[in-house]
Amino acid sequence: MSAEDVVLLDCWVSPFCMRVKIALEEKGIQYEERAEDLFGGKSELLLTSNPIYTKVPVLVHKGKPVCESSIIVGYVDETWASPPLLPSSPYARAQAKFQADYIDKKLFDAGSSIWRTKGEAQEVAVKDFIEVLKQLEKFLGDKDFFGGDSFGFVDIITIGITSWFSAYEIFGNFKVEDHAPKLSAWINRCMQRKTVAKVIPDPEKVYEFVINLKKMMGFE
Amino acid sequence: MADEVVLLDFWPSPFGIRLRIALAEKGIVHEYKEEDVWNKSPLLLQMNPVHKKIPVLIHNGKPVSESLIALQYIDEVWNHKAPLLPSDSYLRAQARFWADFVDKKIFEIGRQLWATKGEEQNAAIKEFLNCIGVLERELGDKPFFGGDTLGFVDVTLISHYRWFLVYEKFGNFSVEAEHPEFIAWVKRCMEKESVSKSLPEQEKVYDYAMLLRKKFGIE
Repeated sequence: MSAEDVVLLDCWVSPFCMRVKIALEEKGIQYEERAEDLFGGKSELLLTSNPIYTKVPVLVHKGKPVCESSIIVGYVDETWASPPLLPSSPYARAQAKFQADYIDKKLFDAGSSIWRTKGEAQEVAVKDFIEVLKQLEKFLGDKDFFGGDSFGFVDIITIGITSWFSAYEIFGNFKVEDHAPKLSAWINRCMQRKTVAKVIPDPEKVYEFVINLKKMMGFE
Repeated sequence: MADEVVLLDFWPSPFGIRLRIALAEKGIVHEYKEEDVWNKSPLLLQMNPVHKKIPVLIHNGKPVSESLIALQYIDEVWNHKAPLLPSDSYLRAQARFWADFVDKKIFEIGRQLWATKGEEQNAAIKEFLNCIGVLERELGDKPFFGGDTLGFVDVTLISHYRWFLVYEKFGNFSVEAEHPEFIAWVKRCMEKESVSKSLPEQEKVYDYAMLLRKKFGIE
């Protein structure tokens, strides 16, 4: 199987794309990364592969598209069995999916609120974000990874968004480590993995991206 | 040891209805516990501390929350009968995508539909019908989204049906007029006992929607 069989429509700064890349790297799958210019004009392939949302990531496997990052990671896990990203027991799988769903619903939006607001509204946004981090720490407990001893599904769903944390910290004037030390330790643990270090962008570059995004969207 | 299955639910909730359908399809003996979502029980708060929402499936004392996750859990544990998801990983991803679409789009647009008026409502009606059209195209010539039998997407979508009729009433439009194939699919679903027994009475859902509108000051 060659890299042409697996194509990822991608954007370097998207935490949702990072999930898919890490999953593919963990499974040792060769893939072709096709960068989409989300501001300049979406490619024909993106528009035809994801007509409903026209968003990245899209995984195109042997010409057939899979959309929505959490669904794509599930697909990658089911299509290439080893190493498994989800646990084997139905109850443990349901718990992992529940945590991933919580992260999907809450984390990125809570972070976005920080750089999209100012003054009192921003203080509230920072507070809300910290509440989400505390819930993540509850999920993590004293384990090395969300799934237990090994890096798995929930870790993959979450780690990409942490590359945006530095931007949130600068805009919101707070430190994640002060409020969620266990989560900070988990971030460092994940960054030791080759697959993660390869995919996660430099937080400095993410910060610059957010500054430009703010300008473009008229949030000053 | 016999399995102990409890469903914490609220009668008009599409999210609860879909679990009722799945449990019925698979012939799973269970206890149904009605929750008052305006006055939540200690059991609900204990079983779903993160979201404090129904439905919650409690299997031998262990809770599973979020309806699409609970649907998959039911499918995996009771895999002897009426499979909801196909076995092929690509088709599974497609089924999950469309179920997610139903919940992301239909439910949110529907909420706008009964809660707004004028221009806003018209825009919501247009989008709603557009989404029905998209689903109709996805269904194609198949009797059900799952093929010959009810599948994951069928169970997810039909669970909203009583609310579709509420949207039609408040928005003064007809889904059947624009999308007869969709209604034909609805009728096929309603012929299944697991579906017809799990949906609440239409009149009761209208009355509840009227109550909600009053509660939120929408007239």
